Amino acid sequence: MLFILVLAALWGLWEGYRWLWIHESWTWPFVVNDTTMPHLSDIFAALWGSASPGGVGPRLITVLVKGALFTAKEAAAGFAIGALVGFALGVVLAQFRLLQRGLLPWVVASQTVPILVVAPMVVVWANPKLPDGLKDWGAVALIAAYLTFFPVTVNTIRGLNSADRRAIELMRSYAAGNWRILWKLRFPAALPYIFAALKVGATASVVGALIGELPSSIPNGLGAQIINFSQYYSTEPRGLWATNLIAAALGISFFLVIVIVEKLVVRRAPENLV
Amino acid sequence: MTDRATVVEINGVSKKFGQTTALQGIELEIAEREFVSLIGPSGCGKSTLLRIIGDLIEPSAGTVVVNGKSARQARRDRDYGIVFQDPVLYDWRTVAKNVALPLEVARWPRQKRNERVRKMLELVELQGFESHRPWQLSGGMQQRVSIARALSFDPALLLMDEPFGALDEMTRERLNMELLKIWEASGSTIVFVTHSIAEAVFLSTRVVVMSPRPGRISELIPIDLQQPRTGTTREEPHFFELVTRVREALHLGHDLERAAPAAREATA
Repeated sequence: MLFILVLAALWGLWEGYRWLWIHESWTWPFVVNDTTMPHLSDIFAALWGSASPGGVGPRLITVLVKGALFTAKEAAAGFAIGALVGFALGVVLAQFRLLQRGLLPWVVASQTVPILVVAPMVVVWANPKLPDGLKDWGAVALIAAYLTFFPVTVNTIRGLNSADRRAIELMRSYAAGNWRILWKLRFPAALPYIFAALKVGATASVVGALIGELPSSIPNGLGAQIINFSQYYSTEPRGLWATNLIAAALGISFFLVIVIVEKLVVRRAPENLV
Repeated sequence: MTDRATVVEINGVSKKFGQTTALQGIELEIAEREFVSLIGPSGCGKSTLLRIIGDLIEPSAGTVVVNGKSARQARRDRDYGIVFQDPVLYDWRTVAKNVALPLEVARWPRQKRNERVRKMLELVELQGFESHRPWQLSGGMQQRVSIARALSFDPALLLMDEPFGALDEMTRERLNMELLKIWEASGSTIVFVTHSIAEAVFLSTRVVVMSPRPGRISELIPIDLQQPRTGTTREEPHFFELVTRVREALHLGHDLERAAPAAREATA
């Protein structure tokens, strides 16, 4: 219900802005017309129109959903790899303080390298080594994983250290060793933090997959459609906007999957949820 | 008391945190089935002493022997049940699973575990709350879960650090009675840290009065009230006499602290 209200408000905001700027002929920050801000209804209508300018061929939405599914495969694989690697790295760094002090700055540094620079390198390095079934899209998954692992690592460390000090003392009084404390106390205590990171990672993996598709020039994903429609933007702006909508929907559905899993897995006092 | 086995033997224990001396020259013996309360003003090191007995921190000097073993070995043998002021229950576990936690760590088989959990919840009168989550219980009930958990693996020694300090007076008095019943039923030895003079006198067989800066034992007061303690124990004249004795011992410790070091030596 709330979702629909917000959606309606956003729709109204878009159309209201459009109308006001056109009516007053304002040019700052940009001129508003059918090219810069098409009617939302036109964008949705375009989804049911033909994908190619000539008016023949499959509907745009069919083409975009197909692309989205391909991108989703890359993003999901990347998300899984990134989440696992990120979690494992977080556990190791949390258990060994010296490693944490030595390695964490490099983990941070890895994220300051622009993904647009890393992406083509990963494609060039990884693609020749990948077996046929993984070619191209496997390399893109690696790029998505690269964006996913970082928040997971950082929040895993933070979460594992969030366990109550006295709870750890109690575990020691039960003669529990470090690994049992990790599994029985620190890991469950970290779950809300880990899920917060997985939500960030889920949307980041979609962005990573889209960016990864550009240098590898994979024709099947949404990335190729973005390139394609941005070239035609001045004559047919609705195509790029429609692609945008589908890409956003993909990111949102990734996010929602994590939210649902969290609801099933994490049982906390309402005030202790992150 | 002499005919009972010694459970805890503290020899010349001192503890320094940086420049601060938290404890100095602690000597104390606790016999089997004793209920010993440590009482004193904030900063007298009573919680520190409790943590040293439980091998949660190490003393800077001196030794602690528990059941004829080092404190470290006693902890590894699961001789300690610990209860803090906060119940420290796991949010993500049900009441029953919280009580079962130490048993899981000790790798008890499931059936034995369930049986024991049922018995412990009976002991603290929480039958029917097995599948509740901790946050659905009142503070007093949470603390009872915490006690059930501490006793679940039948530790020889129960260490309690102001377990009822956060509860209201009514709940506290009721839990005092329950604790005494549990103490009797379980046959364990209890070391109990408290701020409350009345609580210490009511519960204990012996009260250890401590004074601060540096933390030390200023007096040992045996509590010879009749066992078992009842609802009317708090109304006996002898109860008030003992409360007065403990209060005076506490004030003496305070005065000592304020007096010049020379005067302290003179009184000693």
